[in-house]
Amino acid sequence: MTSKTNDAIEVRNAVKRYGDFTALKKVSLTISDNEFFTLLGPSGCGKTTLLRMIAGFEDVTEGGIFLFGEEIEGLPPHKRPINTVFQNYALFPHMNVLDNVGFGLEMLGKSKSEARARAGEVLEMVQLTQFSARKPSQLSGGQQQRVALARALAPRPKVLLLDEPLSALDLKLRKAMQIELKHLQKETGITFIFVTHDQEEALTMSDRVAVMSAGEVQQLGDAREIYERPRNMFVADFIGETNLIEVTVDRIDAGRAACHLGGGHRLTCDAVDGIGAGASVHMSLRPERLFLSSAPTEGESLKARVRENIFIGTDISTILDLDDGPEFRVRASNSSRGTSRVFEPGTEVFVNMEQGAARLLMD
Amino acid sequence: MAGGAATGGSSTSDTYAEARTWLLLPAWVTLGILVLAPVAIMLVYSFLTKEFRGGVIWEFSLGAYDQFFCSRGLFGDEPCSIEWTYIQIFWRSIWQAGAATLLSLVIGFPTAYFIATRPPRQRTLWVFLVTIPYWVNLLIRTVSMKFLLRDEGPLNDFLTGIGLLNEPLAIVNTNFAVQLGLFYSYLPFMVLPIYAAVERYNFALSEAASDLYAPRWTVLRRILLPSVKPGIVAGCILVFVPSLGSFLAPDLLGGARNFMIGSLIEEQFKGNAGNWPFGAAASMILLTMVLIILLIFARQQAKAES
Repeated sequence: MTSKTNDAIEVRNAVKRYGDFTALKKVSLTISDNEFFTLLGPSGCGKTTLLRMIAGFEDVTEGGIFLFGEEIEGLPPHKRPINTVFQNYALFPHMNVLDNVGFGLEMLGKSKSEARARAGEVLEMVQLTQFSARKPSQLSGGQQQRVALARALAPRPKVLLLDEPLSALDLKLRKAMQIELKHLQKETGITFIFVTHDQEEALTMSDRVAVMSAGEVQQLGDAREIYERPRNMFVADFIGETNLIEVTVDRIDAGRAACHLGGGHRLTCDAVDGIGAGASVHMSLRPERLFLSSAPTEGESLKARVRENIFIGTDISTILDLDDGPEFRVRASNSSRGTSRVFEPGTEVFVNMEQGAARLLMD
Repeated sequence: MAGGAATGGSSTSDTYAEARTWLLLPAWVTLGILVLAPVAIMLVYSFLTKEFRGGVIWEFSLGAYDQFFCSRGLFGDEPCSIEWTYIQIFWRSIWQAGAATLLSLVIGFPTAYFIATRPPRQRTLWVFLVTIPYWVNLLIRTVSMKFLLRDEGPLNDFLTGIGLLNEPLAIVNTNFAVQLGLFYSYLPFMVLPIYAAVERYNFALSEAASDLYAPRWTVLRRILLPSVKPGIVAGCILVFVPSLGSFLAPDLLGGARNFMIGSLIEEQFKGNAGNWPFGAAASMILLTMVLIILLIFARQQAKAES
């Protein structure tokens, strides 16, 4: 197949309906070659449906899917040079590890010995050579996960799909696999499309993330962009912890929006296209971009009273009540610099904002 | 069968040893009365001397087995040469039962697959439908089958009616009629275990295989079939074994020429013409054969597992 474009996958106006239920509403996105791309969203958001459509397990109700510029909609899964790592691995229980990994190559017409040789190479890459002769049932969850990965990589697919592959692993192993997957992607140069509901996992590994909800892409961008400049309520709330405060925009002036919130408190922040004066919207304030002080500082600050301090290991989270206003959370890192900003419950303090801590959101 | 009841967990403590003995007693009594005692009686009778009006004389004799395997001429005084009559009947029985099993598998597998792939609430209904004929007595069903298949029956009427045939097709009193009867008698025993296996099958495996470039038939052959093999083997055994000893279908549908073991044994215990030791011996030989077949299957299963 000749590469006509540099886009590994293009999803063009894809719609998926099951009877009356619309799982995907006109989704369009392009995924570049060599990219680690993540579809992130809560369960039922349509991310797995989209992945299964790319793999060929689900047909597309409307729209099209293109692989390096060529329409693949209508091709059965076994004719698409795309492989999948399944959520529960789906290893063939009656075959040993080596034959599982070699299966795809054998199906591509390689001889059994050739398939086994290549399978051996891939197993070495995931450090499972000594388990070649074992049956999947004789392996731990983490090892099965690696076999599934090796099996999908062995035929050298153009695109690798990963459907929540780490969800069955414990936290430590999951963290290790995240890094390993990222390295593997760079090493092989294969485009990875990763599906997860774990925002931290998505931010850790991906070049770009598409945040999905209710069958639509809410925002598409790199990890920083999505975390720091969420486009709407859903994205701000779903990615990380944040304070969502109802505000009214009083006026817009030189790219800054002056807003007020309950209790007569005032705040200014960067204006956002599409939100004008008079709008009642939500504002996101990331807890770790806020800090407390006993006296007001030069920038934006709000007067509040400390309700409770919660120790969470790396950080200390403080819950505050704004006078006649909403509740606030502020995070300080558990370091000498951070803890100097922690106050006893009942203390009157000022909540200060770092540059860009506040952001207006569309609904 | 007996082994399953006896090996009740390998607890190292003997706290429950006494309780276990008592709790297993019902199982042992049941097995004793229903399995061991009848087989033992048969084994003993097969070594007794026949009484001419049925029944036995309590005198040890190898006569029954000798009659089965040895031909000793018209007057019974020649040296033993192989008696083919009964071996032929056995061979025909194996062949018929095998054909019926194959037919059941060919029809039963797609049926089971179809049921197992329906939405969960529909499956119960389909399983129920498959078992409905079993609410009717086997004899009546077999007679009905004969009625359906006979020369003047509905099937032939239909085939000649639409002009497909000029003369009715003689189905009754052929080997095929017997196979059809056996197939009809035992089909659910094929469908149900395969259904259970396919229902437990993880269809993500089929998806994984087709994702790895396997066309549909290869997915079936390399992934689905090996995964549901235990169900297929169980179904084949459950159809083959009762078919082998069946006498209703061969008697009613096969006629005198398509005699099977079941009928041979039945004859020995009927009326005054019977020969109890010979019937018992034939039963023991049948039982031995079945056990050998099951052992081969069991060993193959064990080999596949390891």
